[in-house]
Amino acid sequence: MVQEIENMRVYKRPESMHEVFERKGGAAPTATHYCPGCGHGVLHKLIGEAVDELGIQDRCVLISPVGCAVFAYYYFDFGNVQVAHGRAPACATGISRARDDAIVISYQGDGDLASIGLNETLQAANRGEKIAVFFVNNTVYGMTGGQMAPTTLIGEKTITCINGRTAEQAGYPLHMCEIINTLKAPVFIERISLSDSRHIKQARKAVKKALEIQRDKKGYAFIEVLAACPNNLKQDAQGAADYINEKMAKEYPVKNFRDESENAISVTRPKSDMSVEKLNEIFNTSDGTSEAVIDKDYKELQIKIAGFGGQGVLSLGIMIAKSGSAAGRFTSWYPSYGPEQRGGTANCSVIVSGDKIGSPIAYNPDILVCLNKPSLEKFAKDVKEGGVILYDSTIGDVNLPKNVKAYSIPAVEIAIEGGTQKAANTAMLGVIMKLGITRLSEKDFEDGIESGFAGKQKLIDINKKILKMGADWAEKNLL
Amino acid sequence: MSTNVKKKSPYPVIHEQECKGCSRCIIDCPRGVLVMGTALNDRGYTYVTYTGEGCTGCANCYYTCPEPSAIEVYIPRREKEEE
Ligand SMILES: Cc1ncc(C[n+]2csc(CCOP(=O)(O)OP(=O)(O)O)c2C)c(N)n1
Ligand code: SF4
Ligand code: SF4
Ligand code: SF4
Repeated sequence: MVQEIENMRVYKRPESMHEVFERKGGAAPTATHYCPGCGHGVLHKLIGEAVDELGIQDRCVLISPVGCAVFAYYYFDFGNVQVAHGRAPACATGISRARDDAIVISYQGDGDLASIGLNETLQAANRGEKIAVFFVNNTVYGMTGGQMAPTTLIGEKTITCINGRTAEQAGYPLHMCEIINTLKAPVFIERISLSDSRHIKQARKAVKKALEIQRDKKGYAFIEVLAACPNNLKQDAQGAADYINEKMAKEYPVKNFRDESENAISVTRPKSDMSVEKLNEIFNTSDGTSEAVIDKDYKELQIKIAGFGGQGVLSLGIMIAKSGSAAGRFTSWYPSYGPEQRGGTANCSVIVSGDKIGSPIAYNPDILVCLNKPSLEKFAKDVKEGGVILYDSTIGDVNLPKNVKAYSIPAVEIAIEGGTQKAANTAMLGVIMKLGITRLSEKDFEDGIESGFAGKQKLIDINKKILKMGADWAEKNLL
Repeated sequence: MSTNVKKKSPYPVIHEQECKGCSRCIIDCPRGVLVMGTALNDRGYTYVTYTGEGCTGCANCYYTCPEPSAIEVYIPRREKEEE
């Protein structure tokens, strides 16, 4: 970039690039890891220069890709996230939306962007994400040793098309600017070339423009960069320049495709409210719950509840989880069901704990509740030694593992007697309550029902009744 | 050309350890004043040198060079020249 030093105008390394690449280290910490003549370094300098000129260094976050530019974070003195192959647009989207003021630069190669990451590229462009994408088209997978890329020219030889790419075998070169130009949202689309200084000086303007659009939060900018990979294409400096000017630019015309930057207005997204209050409101968890407190004496309790969909398997889990949170425990509820809304098998895991929960899945339940036979056959073997199995009496005779306590409960019967067969799950809950195996109080269970049926007084009343009937049955028959 | 005038002319500064000898700057210098040396730097690359005369300060070499710190271009200000 141009700097004024004493009485001189000086072109030198941008201020936003490190003088010594500490993150790189090794024997050559002041030179890049790129091959001699590589286009990546030329583009890095243009990005650095534009960042300096716009005074936006503190707002910039570079997303470095998988590919030769995987180490781009060595060089730039601003934020960086290194992402999985092709995933830069997703990560860039997240950062751009989470930090409205961030200037997000998605830096990607042609394998990364146009092959494995093509879907995300188009989705992000179509959403008009507030990001600047620099797409380095060098017609080849550089880092992995020169395989054919989506951008490889017809006739171009690579190690995976040794006689040259043919359309019959591999289709045609992909024109990313042209494809993106079919979308409505992008603000700026341009293809630039880094073949020689004449083109580079042109390219400067587009690079700066893309970042200027980010500075003003105006939306999506896409810059395709025709660049050299002299290493894999086995070119000297002249050969690389000629190749880009004469062959690549013929297939990929160097030009501006769109510039809506004048008319574009700043992108604003609806605000996400992730406050505890809002989440409580959405999930209806504000009622009867209190903040969980750490209590090392209350060991984690894993509960699995399984049956047919429609038997109240998931809601029994919710009632237990709500009882747990009413008691100030850490609780989680994790459903698992088939594609059917009703009729298929369903199960859920509930964890109630005196400390933060790691996994929400009850792999080895302390308590297994089964409302049908297939579930019992499937999960009985997972129950912890000394654990408890409760299953509905309608299941009949079954082989159960030793070293667990198993009880056959007439839950459906109790529920019918109480007025609704649908509440067999609540009858089970009453038994669980009476057995004391959750170490939660009767009040916690009642609170659980109240918050589980939030506000529906009729349901609350009948379920409280059946809860008590279940408990009474347990007292008479099990204790 | 007097030494005086020469000092006030633009000139490139090549940092020999950072140069990788790719020759991009050589083919892009309109005055042909950059040449490849024969010696190797510590990192095993031959590096570019300035013939010492004829640079116009066009900055082609700076822009085409892929290495952030290999080559710089210094252009003395006109006003100073006139002083
Ligand atoms: C998921 C996954 N698949 C494959 C790879 C292997 N891989 C590493 S770099 C690369 C291609 C990079 O090519 P390009 O995006 O053109 O960048 P360049 O190296 O040319 O700059 C591939 C396929 C990987 N790292 N991760
Ligand atoms: S392999 Fe190609 S793209 Fe990768 S650093 Fe070397 S020249 Fe650059
Ligand atoms: S500034 Fe221009 S004239 Fe001077 S050495 Fe560099 S390329 Fe040659
Ligand atoms: S372009 Fe840069 S790295 Fe290449 S020879 Fe010139 S100074 Fe050296």
